[in-house]
Amino acid sequence: MDHRAPALDIAIPGLAFGGRQVLGELRLRLPAGHCTALLGPSGVGKSTLLRLVAGLLPLPEGAWIAAEDGAPLTGRVAWMAQQDLLLPWLRLRQNVLLGARLRGERTDVARADALIASVGLSGRETAWPSELSGGMRQRAALARTLMEQRPVVLMDEPFSAVDAPTRHRLQDLAARLLAGRTVLLVTHDPLEAMRLAHHVVMLRGAPATAEEIRVPAAPPPRDASDPAVMAAAAALLESLAAAA
Amino acid sequence: MRSGALSRGLVVAAGLVLLWQAFVWITAAPPFLLPSPGRVALALWDRGDIILGHAAVTLSEILVGLGLGALAGVLAALLLAAFAQARRWLLPVLLVSQAVPVFAIAPLLTLWLGFGMASKVAMAAIIIFFPVASAFLDGLRRTDPGWLELARSMGASRAAILFRLRVPAALPALASGLRVATAVAPIGAVVGEWVGASAGLGFLMLHANARSQADVMFAALAVLAAIALALWFAMDALLRAAIPWSRETFPDEETQP
Repeated sequence: MDHRAPALDIAIPGLAFGGRQVLGELRLRLPAGHCTALLGPSGVGKSTLLRLVAGLLPLPEGAWIAAEDGAPLTGRVAWMAQQDLLLPWLRLRQNVLLGARLRGERTDVARADALIASVGLSGRETAWPSELSGGMRQRAALARTLMEQRPVVLMDEPFSAVDAPTRHRLQDLAARLLAGRTVLLVTHDPLEAMRLAHHVVMLRGAPATAEEIRVPAAPPPRDASDPAVMAAAAALLESLAAAA
Repeated sequence: MRSGALSRGLVVAAGLVLLWQAFVWITAAPPFLLPSPGRVALALWDRGDIILGHAAVTLSEILVGLGLGALAGVLAALLLAAFAQARRWLLPVLLVSQAVPVFAIAPLLTLWLGFGMASKVAMAAIIIFFPVASAFLDGLRRTDPGWLELARSMGASRAAILFRLRVPAALPALASGLRVATAVAPIGAVVGEWVGASAGLGFLMLHANARSQADVMFAALAVLAAIALALWFAMDALLRAAIPWSRETFPDEETQP
């Protein structure tokens, strides 16, 4: 990593959309180099919060999102969505290089190919996205996200559109490749949260507020067959069901 | 695959010619009203050099008109997509321009631009402009919001988002516009020739009509149809080659990946 991943402090006094209060008063700290999972019932405002941090939505009055090192966040955040968002007119390698292409920077083909290899897609560099399976496309999206070399990575249910075994492998891959970055992971999957995250935060209520959930002592990525992980995931599922 | 389509097309054409011949036999229509296919073929053979000379004029009018009209349509769509001010001021003008029938201004164009090629090129270009501009603008507006958010999160400038995201994403829509434009382009050229010209298939047909040479009219019509078909297939092949990533299926061909 070129940049040290900073901790992020998020403070939002509340956010309303079209007269409806979406988020309540919210304070959230994303510790440096750690993965923080954000869970909550559908429509509670998880994606909204992620978009605020990504700079895709304007910050409401009185809200602030600051990196601990004091430097602005612009250009230090990468965003990965639920859909792979691969551009159908670009081959895999050019899709991975998309950020540099869009900014008109020099493209580092060697690094792109190395990342493509690290997500297990070597040999497919010149494939069209339509020739790849759903799991391969999501791995390509992961490589594109890592290509950005951003110390902060925001992921919005990145693996929810793929089948369970593929998701399991993708989680291992993501945990390995994202180690050391400050990650905010929005997910619906309690097991995913308990496997990948150092910290688990649940949003609930209307307007939503944040609540920290205890995680197993072992450092992530945790083994899915670890009884402590399974128990924590089951407990989280129960409280999610109760909150919905 | 292509040869199969071609042979099917030939079979359909042969069937239509047979029907035509049968109709002529049954009704005994006089040749100056409805010539038989044989008479038309004979006219095509006898007057071939004259017809081809006129066809070359019409074809060049269509091609230049297609080029200019498509270029203007693409530029207008880009301008409208990029600037809100352009949309506010130009969109109404665009719609009004389409509300005036092109046929109605054909005499004016001939008056202003003369009896030569310029007025026919202008006619064809005006007819082509609108389908290209509206289809491309539609495509430019319908970029996947997810792609736009991804590009913004990557720090892309507005120009980069327009030219590297919206434009490529809109190419299939532009291709639809160009296909329609190619199909209607001959209309513009021929109408222009009817209003006032000294050459071209439209001029030849009008001339033959005045002398009751129905066989020459039909021969010219056949050549015009052949030009229109060839143009359409050439445009279709060109667009498919230019947008190889575009996935097109009909409802009865859907497959699950």
